[in-house]
Amino acid sequence: MYISEQNKRGWRLLGVPFIFAIFLLAVPIATMTALSFWTQDYLTLIKTITFENYKQAWFQPVFQTLFARSLVISMTVTFLTILFAFPIAYYISFYGGKRKALWLFLITIPFWTSYLLRMFLWKVILGYNGVLNSFFEWLGVITEPLTFLLYNSNAVVLALVHGWAPFAILPIFVSLEKIDRSLLEASNDLGDNSFNQFFRIILPLSMPGVIGAVLIIFIPCIGDYITPKLVGGPEGLMIANMIQVQFSKANNAPLAAALSVTSLLIVGIISMAFVFFNRKYLKNY
Amino acid sequence: MKKSNKIFKLVVILFLTFLYAPALLLPIFSFNNSKVIAFPLSGFSTIWFQELFYENTLHNALLNSLVIAISSTILATILGTLVARASTRYIFYGKKISITFILVPLILPEIILGVCLLTLLIQLGLELNLWSVVLGHTLLITPFSTLIMVSAFNNLDISFEEASLDLGMSSLQTFRMIILPMVLPGLISSLLIGFVISLDEFIIAFFLTGVEPTLPVYIWSQFRFPAKLPSTMALGTILLIVSLILVSLFEYFRRKMELYNN
Repeated sequence: MYISEQNKRGWRLLGVPFIFAIFLLAVPIATMTALSFWTQDYLTLIKTITFENYKQAWFQPVFQTLFARSLVISMTVTFLTILFAFPIAYYISFYGGKRKALWLFLITIPFWTSYLLRMFLWKVILGYNGVLNSFFEWLGVITEPLTFLLYNSNAVVLALVHGWAPFAILPIFVSLEKIDRSLLEASNDLGDNSFNQFFRIILPLSMPGVIGAVLIIFIPCIGDYITPKLVGGPEGLMIANMIQVQFSKANNAPLAAALSVTSLLIVGIISMAFVFFNRKYLKNY
Repeated sequence: MKKSNKIFKLVVILFLTFLYAPALLLPIFSFNNSKVIAFPLSGFSTIWFQELFYENTLHNALLNSLVIAISSTILATILGTLVARASTRYIFYGKKISITFILVPLILPEIILGVCLLTLLIQLGLELNLWSVVLGHTLLITPFSTLIMVSAFNNLDISFEEASLDLGMSSLQTFRMIILPMVLPGLISSLLIGFVISLDEFIIAFFLTGVEPTLPVYIWSQFRFPAKLPSTMALGTILLIVSLILVSLFEYFRRKMELYNN
């Protein structure tokens, strides 16, 4: 087929979905960016370009705290999820035998419980009269319920690690599966111990999966609304909660837009830097 | 090697317990004969399931969610199929960047999607209703459909298609009688996954739904009333069973798709 024919047929198919994405993704993002440079006086928008919203979003301590906390929480969640997910993916890939598909299925099952309810159940588990406290009291380990379990950043991290685990396990598993097993035999034959084998062969070759997992978890986590609202308490709220408040109760949509654009910029820059520093692992992709 | 294997197995089992803990609590509390969600349990009861029958708001929300899930899943699967077909069959200008762009909602935080779409709809002066949620969900599900359909089309041997065209079938006939049956498991997988995602999605619906609640928006509103929690747990148990059935079907069709591959 000629290139021009390929072009025509390709775009004939892609045309509708592409226009759909332009109207529902590019145009909304542009509108939101425009809005972030305007101001709102009660219900009327004042469409004079101003940096006032960004001044607030970047320099008011409230927002700085929220941005910093969201970043720290997201990074911790990403790190912990991958730390726990790696051995699981490794086990399934190397010791799963014929039951690999079953293992993967077992891991994804809990994630088909409604996300809302799962996060709410963490509140039930960690709460004052919660599962953990009543269990410890029954054991006699404590006499007073522990109060540090719920309503802080740690609870948010715990619930998010739980929520995002399969998104780390699956991509890491896929990249582990791609590793040519004869490389490991060769290194064994040449006298490498398992420690060296892991750090010199398995880890570098599974990096594409790890990088994928980092992006899939880190970016959406920054914008999580449900988890901090349910288990975070006032000390664990994140930027998404503030965006929602500015949009509804505070009636300051332009500031909400500026906060959204800022979050996007932050995750965008960090993610691109992360991919850039790890580019040597992605050569074949 | 043997010893490390055992340690691994222990880690895996501990992690699985951690993963399953919340999901297991759901049925436990929904059959528990108590208004309080806490241990110790106080006896078996199906009262919380019965209560669900009398909740009219819930029935409305469920209906809304079904309308949204079905519409957005079908739309997204059509769009995803188009993208996947273009991506696996043709080489054209701007292919990589346009397809990457269509896949962006996969990682964009949902709150950003919600805020963006809400801003646009307000600026256009459009009313918020179920259809605004359908648009949002279609945008969110299309990338998933695309990825599933790409693997379905990748399994398709191009020579079947060429043979059919050579033997005088029109391209429409070829599509209907050769391509469609061969990618059918992919299409069904995409519909199932899309349905489950839409049924569970909260934040976009929360922003775009206007006055009509979807199921997750309804559940969210119930969290404020402690008295409503046990029946919300019962609802969650039902939802869990429904999504398990759908996901098992998905797994079945996914394996069927892999069989074509080999």
